[in-house]
Amino acid sequence: MRYVDEFRDGELAGGLAAAIAREVRDDRRYNFMEFCGGHTHAISRYGVPDLLPPNVRMIHGPGCPVCVLPIGRIDLAIRVALEERVILCTYADTLRIPASRGLSLMGAKARGGDIRMVYAVTDALRIARENPDREVVFFAIGFETTTPPTAVAIRQARAEGLGNFSVLCCHVLTPSAIMNILESPQVRDLGTVPLDGFIGPAHVSTVIGSRPYEFFAEEYRKPVVIAGFEPLDVMQAIRMLVRQVNEGRAEVENEFTRAVTPEGNRKAQDLVSEVFELRRSFEWRGLGEVPYSALKIRARYGDLDAERRFDLRYHPVPDNKACECGAILRGVKQPTDCKLFGTVCTPETPMGSCMVSSEGACAAHYSYGRHKDLEVLA
Amino acid sequence: MCLAIPAQVVELAADDTAIVDLAGVRKDVSLSLLDGVQVGDYVIIHVGYALTRLDPLEAEQTLALMAAAGLTGADAQAQAAP
Amino acid sequence: MSAAVKPGYARPLDLKHGLVELRHGGGGRAMVQLIGELFARHLGNPLLAQGNDGTLLPPQGGRLVVSTDSHVVSPLFFPGGDIGCLSVHGTVNDVAMMGASPSYLTAGFVLEEGFPLADLARIVQSMAEAARQAGVALVAGDTKVVEQGKGDGVFITTTGIGYLPDGLQLGGDQARPGDLVVLSGTLGDHGVAIMSQRENLAFDAPIRSDTAPLNGLTAAMLASGARLRVMRDPTRGGLAATLNEIAHQSGVGIHLQEAAIPVRPEVEAACELLGLDPLNIANEGKLIAICHPEDGERLLEAMRTHPLGQAAALIGQVVEDPNGFVQMKTRFGGRRMVDWLSGEQLPRIC
Repeated sequence: MRYVDEFRDGELAGGLAAAIAREVRDDRRYNFMEFCGGHTHAISRYGVPDLLPPNVRMIHGPGCPVCVLPIGRIDLAIRVALEERVILCTYADTLRIPASRGLSLMGAKARGGDIRMVYAVTDALRIARENPDREVVFFAIGFETTTPPTAVAIRQARAEGLGNFSVLCCHVLTPSAIMNILESPQVRDLGTVPLDGFIGPAHVSTVIGSRPYEFFAEEYRKPVVIAGFEPLDVMQAIRMLVRQVNEGRAEVENEFTRAVTPEGNRKAQDLVSEVFELRRSFEWRGLGEVPYSALKIRARYGDLDAERRFDLRYHPVPDNKACECGAILRGVKQPTDCKLFGTVCTPETPMGSCMVSSEGACAAHYSYGRHKDLEVLA
Repeated sequence: MCLAIPAQVVELAADDTAIVDLAGVRKDVSLSLLDGVQVGDYVIIHVGYALTRLDPLEAEQTLALMAAAGLTGADAQAQAAP
Repeated sequence: MSAAVKPGYARPLDLKHGLVELRHGGGGRAMVQLIGELFARHLGNPLLAQGNDGTLLPPQGGRLVVSTDSHVVSPLFFPGGDIGCLSVHGTVNDVAMMGASPSYLTAGFVLEEGFPLADLARIVQSMAEAARQAGVALVAGDTKVVEQGKGDGVFITTTGIGYLPDGLQLGGDQARPGDLVVLSGTLGDHGVAIMSQRENLAFDAPIRSDTAPLNGLTAAMLASGARLRVMRDPTRGGLAATLNEIAHQSGVGIHLQEAAIPVRPEVEAACELLGLDPLNIANEGKLIAICHPEDGERLLEAMRTHPLGQAAALIGQVVEDPNGFVQMKTRFGGRRMVDWLSGEQLPRIC
C-alpha cells in the first residue's frame, strides 16, 4: 500500500530508535501525551514503546471520541431506538459502550431496537431513502475528522427533502479537550501529570490545520508536534519533541507535512460552520463539563436535529464508582492503576469506555501490551 | 485521528464521487470535501469521504528525513559532505 | 385415444421457478419428491440409498472421530464458494485436523418457505462436488421447512465421521516449548470475501473465499513423518483465537513473527479500510500445525508440494510461559500481544 507501507518500515524504525536514544538526555524523563486515539492504537499495535528509551513515556490522552462519550449520550441513542422505534444508524465503535441499566446499543438491538451499523453516513441516507415510512436517526460521533461528512450529509438530506432523516449530534472538538487537560490542576499546578509535550492528532489536523495548536504552545509553553498516523511518523514526532524539550523550545511543528497545512481544509471547515455551532458546554466522560467543546446543529437545519425532533433531554449519569476511565483519559492514571482492569473490566466485559474502543488506553493495553505488566512482576 | 488511509483516485464518477484503489481494493468515496481532485491523485479517506490530498513530494521528503535521522553522527557527516 | 397416465408418474419439481413450500418438509410425498429429485439425485450413493431411518455403516479399522458444525453464513453465495461447499469443507476439515481420514457426512437442512428451488439446487450440487473432491459420502440427511420469516433461506448442519489410525494422538494440549508453528497459507481470505458482499461494505475486491477440503493436505503432512502435536483450522476468530486456545490448553506461550505470516495484499488493504486485523478473520481452507522442533523443514516441504499448502510458512515458536500469552514481533520491530478478539468482529471507524 503506497504511502502506508513505507511508513511502517522496520529498518527505518531501527534507525529512528537509535536517533532518539542518542538525543535523549540521561538526566531527565520525557513524558509526551498522544492526544489521538489512532495514535494510541498505532503505538500499541506496532509495539512502539519497545523501541523507545526507558526515560521516554507515552501518556494516552482523551482523543478517542468513543471513550469520551458519556453514558447519558448513549442512553439518548438507546431511548430513541427503543421508544421512538426509529432505525438508528451508528458507526460500529459505539455498539458495545456500556450505558445505563446494563444496556448498550448492542443490548438494545437484542431487545428489538432497529440498530444498524454503518461504515459511512451516506449509508444512513440510503437507509432513509429506502424506508420512507420509518424515521432514521444517525448517531454522529467523532472529532473534527468525522464532522465534515456529517455536515455534508445534513445538507444533502435538506436538498433532497429527506423528511425522515435526522442526526443525533455528539461531535466534539480537539483544541478544547487539549485545553481542558492543560488547565487541569494535575497538569497546571500539581505536576502530578508531568507533560512535556503533545503529539498532535493526524487526521483532525488535516481538517483544522496546524494553526489552532499555536495557542497551546505559546500560552502553556508546551511543544506540539503533529504526527502522521503510521508508527514511523509517531517515532519521528517523538524525536522532534525530544529535541524541542532539550532545546527549551515550545513550538508547533508539523511532521505530517504530506497531509497537513497551516490552514487545513477550508472547504470542510466552511461546510461545518454552515451546519453546526458551538454548544455552550458539553459533558465529556472523565473530563466533566467542558465549555465550548462540542457542536450542535444550527437552527436553520433544526428540523434535522434528532434532539429537537424527538424532544430528547440529556441527563448526566455518573460512571461506575470504581471505574478510573476519567483519570485515565486525563493521563492521571494508567490502566493498571484501575482496580477493575483485567478482572471485572476486560474487552469482553467492558465497564467503561476506555475498554470498549480499540483505541482506548485500557483496551489497547489489555489487547496488545499486558504481557509487559507480568514481565515486570516476574 | 480516526481511521483514515491514503488511496489513489482511479476514476471520477457522478455526484462528486470517485473510485479509489488501495492495493487492488476499490471503493467509492465522496469528494464533497475537496476541490479539483484528479485521477492519479492520492487522497486520505475516512468514513467514505476524501478528507485531503496527500502530497507525494512531502511524503518523499519526510521519508528522507527519517532515513537521515537514522544515520549515526559520523555517517551523517559523511553524507552531508559534497 | 385414451391418454393413459403412466403409473408412478409425478410432475417433476420446477427447479427453475419453483419455491420451497411447507409441504416439502411435511414427511409426505412432496418431501420424498424433494429428496429424490434434488438431494439423492446429486448426493446419492449406495449407503444413502439404504433408505431406512438410520444408515448401517460397514465396520472399519481405527478409532472413530466425529465432528459437527452448523452453517448460517450470509450471503449464501459468495466469491469462491457457497453455503453448500462450505458446510462440507468445514466438517471434513474438523475431522481431518484430528489426523483422521474423513469418510462420511450427514446433513440436516432447515429451509425457509419461499426459498427458490433453483438456489437450493445450486447449493446441493455444490455440496455434491465438494463431497466428491474430499472423497466423502453423504450417508444420512434430514429436511425441515419453517415458515417464511423464520429462517434465513437455508441453514445446514453437517456431521462428519472419520477414522484415526492407531498410534496417532494429536491434541491442543500437546504443544511443548521449542515446538514450531506452521501456517498453510494466506490469512483472511474467507472473512474478507464474505464482508465484501455485505450490504454496507461495498467494494470491488478480487478476493475469493479460500474454502477447501484439507484432508488431502493433512494426509500428506502425516505421511511426511514429521512429528505433529496438533493441527487446527483457524475459522471464526482467526489465527489469534486458534493459537490462544492451544496456548491455553497446553499451558505454554507462543511467539510469532509478523513478517513471516502470509497475507494477500488485497486482503491487507481491505482490512486497512475496515479497521480489521487479518489475525482475527475467519479462514476456511487453512490450517496451523505445531510440530517437533527438528521437523519444520520436512513438514514445510510436504505441505508446499500440495496445492493447498504452497504458501506454507514457519510463523513462530512455542515457548515457556505460564501466562499462556501469544506474542508477536511486529514487522516494525516492537512486540505486542495477539489476543482473542472480543465480541463480534466490527469494522473500526475511529
